[in-house]
Amino acid sequence: METETLIDARKLYRYYGDQCAVNDVSFELKKGMVLGFLGPNGAGKSSTMQMLTGNLAPSGGEILICGIDLLDKPKPAKHRLGFLPEQPPLYRDLTVDEYLTYCARLHRVARNAVQPSVARAKERCGLESEGRRLIANLSKGYQQRVGIAQAILHNPSVVILDEPTVGLDPIQIREIRGLIRELGQEHGIILSTHILPEIQGTCTHVQIINQGRLVFSDSIEGLEAHLHSQHLIAGFLRPPDVQDIKATRGVEHVETLSDTRLRIAWSDENPAANIAEQAVSQGWGLTELVPERRTLEQIFIELTCPDAPANDDNGETA
Amino acid sequence: MIGTIAAREFKALFLSPMAWSILAVAQLILAYLFLAQLETYMLLAPRLAGIDAAPGVTDIIVAPVLGNAAVILLLIAPLITMRVLSEERRSKTLNLLLSAPVSMTEIVVGKYLGVLAFFLVLLAMLVLMPLSLLAGADLDLGKLASGVLGLALLIGGFTAAGLFMSSLTEQPTVAAVSTFGLLLLLWIIDWAGSSGAEGSGVMAYLSVLRHYESLLKGSFNSTDVIYYLLFIFTFVVLSIQRMDRDRLPH
Repeated sequence: METETLIDARKLYRYYGDQCAVNDVSFELKKGMVLGFLGPNGAGKSSTMQMLTGNLAPSGGEILICGIDLLDKPKPAKHRLGFLPEQPPLYRDLTVDEYLTYCARLHRVARNAVQPSVARAKERCGLESEGRRLIANLSKGYQQRVGIAQAILHNPSVVILDEPTVGLDPIQIREIRGLIRELGQEHGIILSTHILPEIQGTCTHVQIINQGRLVFSDSIEGLEAHLHSQHLIAGFLRPPDVQDIKATRGVEHVETLSDTRLRIAWSDENPAANIAEQAVSQGWGLTELVPERRTLEQIFIELTCPDAPANDDNGETA
Repeated sequence: MIGTIAAREFKALFLSPMAWSILAVAQLILAYLFLAQLETYMLLAPRLAGIDAAPGVTDIIVAPVLGNAAVILLLIAPLITMRVLSEERRSKTLNLLLSAPVSMTEIVVGKYLGVLAFFLVLLAMLVLMPLSLLAGADLDLGKLASGVLGLALLIGGFTAAGLFMSSLTEQPTVAAVSTFGLLLLLWIIDWAGSSGAEGSGVMAYLSVLRHYESLLKGSFNSTDVIYYLLFIFTFVVLSIQRMDRDRLPH
């Protein structure tokens, strides 16, 4: 069965004066997807998210939320959206309960469903015991949770979170990531971040945006494939002559990293088995033989700053 | 939905000590004015008894009190309206309203009505004082009603102007100062209006004071009422436009 398309953004543009902040961005969000939005500061992440939630009108393009045009019929479309902006929109002079009740009313939750929705959102975000506290007195982490509670309160189909884990401690970050994964099963989620491991930890799809353009868009499996490069790192106690390695079947090129470590490039066939065999028979004293993996960071840097060296030779391994 | 936003705005005002202290101070000053006016009446009463068609309690006590109340409201209105929209923008809570299924018109009108409700509380407390005279004197209730209606419309105008100024800036203080300036200008424009120079008729017509005065005297002209309604409508629409402009590409 074809999964439901929750967001269909087509050819979005947004100009601030002459400056183009978002340039021809198109993508789809389907049910069950957790889409990670990645990009350096000022790349257009927040602008894109604000456009998706109706906080900003696009200069050009179309946004369909569950098939409803956000620009033509903002009310029914926004009804299906939950948004946590970069700064949680909290009224500091209200208690958590008062605030969430107000948000529920704003999102047109039926009067008799308000209390159950507030209770459920609090439970999901671990706020059960904080209901009567003033928001101003909550710690940053708890304020962030109230912000997330606000975004999922009315059970929207799409939840958009702009940097949801900023300012949280590692334990809270873990909890929030768990919550996001859990939410992702029944909602579609877009989250932006510049913390790279967060993407690998929580998302099913990744998009990298740079200078207003989408430069990379793939599922996390697709990303994994990108991460595997055709290189091996080998370490030896008694390193052989480079020529010997080169002669091995499958090896394309050999680079010396240090006295005992080599970086081996291959093309058609992975030569790891052959090298191991030779190392044993010729007594090279193999200490290390691992496929080199590129990190998401390297891909990110490659895509966002074309001038930077594409691959540094520190042999990042995983 | 307008109701929800208005109710939140109204309650929010009472969450800060600001609203309470303003209510208290305004009430104190108006009570003093009321008592001073009562004193004047007590002094004049024996002499007035001999005159035909002499001004009554309503003219001597109620009209001046309501007239002075307008000046006091001119001073305090900017303090209450300054944070209505500017604070939402400053604390980034505007995003909450914008991503909720509510239109900009609902947001702005809701906020307007919430603040207006606060001023109507103030007005109700003020009117209690003249009404207390009913215990011992005959009030011209028609005149009182016309004066109170005038003051209510005037407050509506002040609030609308304050709302608009608040939509222009992120700084509540800037909003307060510019609201005060605008209101004062619309008030004293009347002076230019009474100079007799060319175009002075227009100036006098624009003055918020002139229209209030005739209502205070008890003459109900639909022109005056329409003037205030137009005033309110204009500033509310301008506020909506201003808030929408942040969202639209430019």
